[in-house]
Amino acid sequence: MAGNRRSTGNSKPGMLAMFVLMFVFWVLMSACIKPGHYDYIRIAIGIFCAAVVTLISHDLLLADSETMNLLKTWRLLLYIPWELWQIVLANFDVAYRVLHPKMPIEPCIIEFDTSLRSNFALTTLANSITLTPGTITIDVEPERGRFLVHSIAQKPADALLVDKTMQHKVAHVYMEE
Amino acid sequence: MFSIIDIVATILMVGGLFFMITGAIGLLRLPDFYTRLHATGKCDTLGEVLLILGCMVYQGWSFVSVKLFFLMFFIFMANPVGTHAIMKAAYYTGLKPWKKGEPRM
Repeated sequence: MAGNRRSTGNSKPGMLAMFVLMFVFWVLMSACIKPGHYDYIRIAIGIFCAAVVTLISHDLLLADSETMNLLKTWRLLLYIPWELWQIVLANFDVAYRVLHPKMPIEPCIIEFDTSLRSNFALTTLANSITLTPGTITIDVEPERGRFLVHSIAQKPADALLVDKTMQHKVAHVYMEE
Repeated sequence: MFSIIDIVATILMVGGLFFMITGAIGLLRLPDFYTRLHATGKCDTLGEVLLILGCMVYQGWSFVSVKLFFLMFFIFMANPVGTHAIMKAAYYTGLKPWKKGEPRM
């Protein structure tokens, strides 16, 4: 991995926590109600798989984890239901445009700056934009928080350029206003 | 007769099928690559999630439901990332977006 980036993934407690997480995940995935399902050989296979996954991907999954704290996690949990509702609206919007006989689309590419800088915040906003009505993120410049977005019509573009509801919500979640 | 669980599961699955079909129609009807990604990237996410939710309701509280939940979670994470990656690749290889009034590609 990149040498200059600070990563918590190499710490021993972090790796142990991830190993336990992976093993629990393996148990959930391989779970079966039959008695006698978990004999020694199965458990050994599970431990082996969890260890291999931990060794290969610990610095991918655990990097940057020090920037999350409880308040941000709580705000993110509050943000998700709103985002889910936006996704449902997005789908009805796309369905309307696709099924309408005249296809009311007017594609354009827009650019805007945000106050976000951290990887988590930028990723959240980029994914949110892609999932919500009529817009898909093309590219992000992390240094300036600049987003390049393809929009299917003028109205969804205005929602990002004029209203900026989503930017404010994400900025509130990650406290980067 | 039908129980409430059957009815709820059926409604969820029919909703999922509606969005999947809409995504397929969008793929055929929309004019260019970028707008087609709008149809597939969004409709497939909700369509798949609704289908899986229907299966979860039908299955009840069991390990299969837990697996289906994880499936749903990963689709939610992976689908926008995949859409974005394809979009970015197309944009930087120089594919011109369709503008209103131009003929279909």
